[in-house]
Amino acid sequence: MVFSTFLNMPAIQSPGTEEIHPDVALVARAKEGDTAAFEQLVRQYERQIFRVAQHITQNREDAEDITQDAFLKAYEKLDQFQGNSKFSTWLVRIAVNESLMRLRKRKTSKTVSMDEDVQTEEGAIPRDFAEWRPNPEQLYGQSELSEILRKTIQGLPPGFRTVFTLRDIENLSTEETAEALGLSVPAVKSRLLRARLQLRERLSRYFRQPKEGQPA
Amino acid sequence: MTCTDFLSQLTDYFDGHISPELLEEVRAHTASCSHCEVVLDTTRKTISVYKDHEVYEISTEFRERLHAAIMAKCKQKSQSGCN
Repeated sequence: MVFSTFLNMPAIQSPGTEEIHPDVALVARAKEGDTAAFEQLVRQYERQIFRVAQHITQNREDAEDITQDAFLKAYEKLDQFQGNSKFSTWLVRIAVNESLMRLRKRKTSKTVSMDEDVQTEEGAIPRDFAEWRPNPEQLYGQSELSEILRKTIQGLPPGFRTVFTLRDIENLSTEETAEALGLSVPAVKSRLLRARLQLRERLSRYFRQPKEGQPA
Repeated sequence: MTCTDFLSQLTDYFDGHISPELLEEVRAHTASCSHCEVVLDTTRKTISVYKDHEVYEISTEFRERLHAAIMAKCKQKSQSGCN
């Protein structure tokens, strides 16, 4: 799958989206040269774009570069934005593309192609059936919990963690995720299932209810 | 419904894209299979714990740099006559 043409890809026409999104007016003003309108869009989406880039690349410096590049590229290509898909989805697509290119450049990364099947059976079949009680938030403090979540998602193959990030953290629809990654809808669903199950399995080490007689 | 059938419906179940008939089957299965009941509950918690926690925070320093770079770009574009 080549990602270089994604800026010109046909926009997503989501069913039932007749309501005009507030971004439409901001984008129209930005296209006419209103820099305050573009700044407003940056403020709205900088956290999301940074999170996406950081989750995919697992590197803060790369994520910062990608975030900046994505917004600058969006500003440059604003005229190409058709307005049929959400502006945020278009931005995410740019950031995903930049992130994947960055991963490919890294010599250490082997599995960064979104159209290759991710070669792992790990977590496809659940093995840990312990309940999580009490809830994770009651077991760990905020910073410790964040560290566990970071470490755990880092261990997923890039193809899985990218799908999980877009669907479950950034709330893109399955169709939007498929379009952003150049995957079919069934492929997104399959990766999402395996990503969720693998994360569940790995998190269970931290969150499982201790057996009686064992310290928590 | 077998445990394998249950797993194959899990994505649609969480995404709310499951038919009422299959939803009923999933509910009946998890009511009778404690393993799948745990898988359902802990997978739901996996999704929500990631949704509810900001794992990566953007730094103030970077936000300032980002906005400065964007303003510079906007200025450059307007000076080049695009505005």
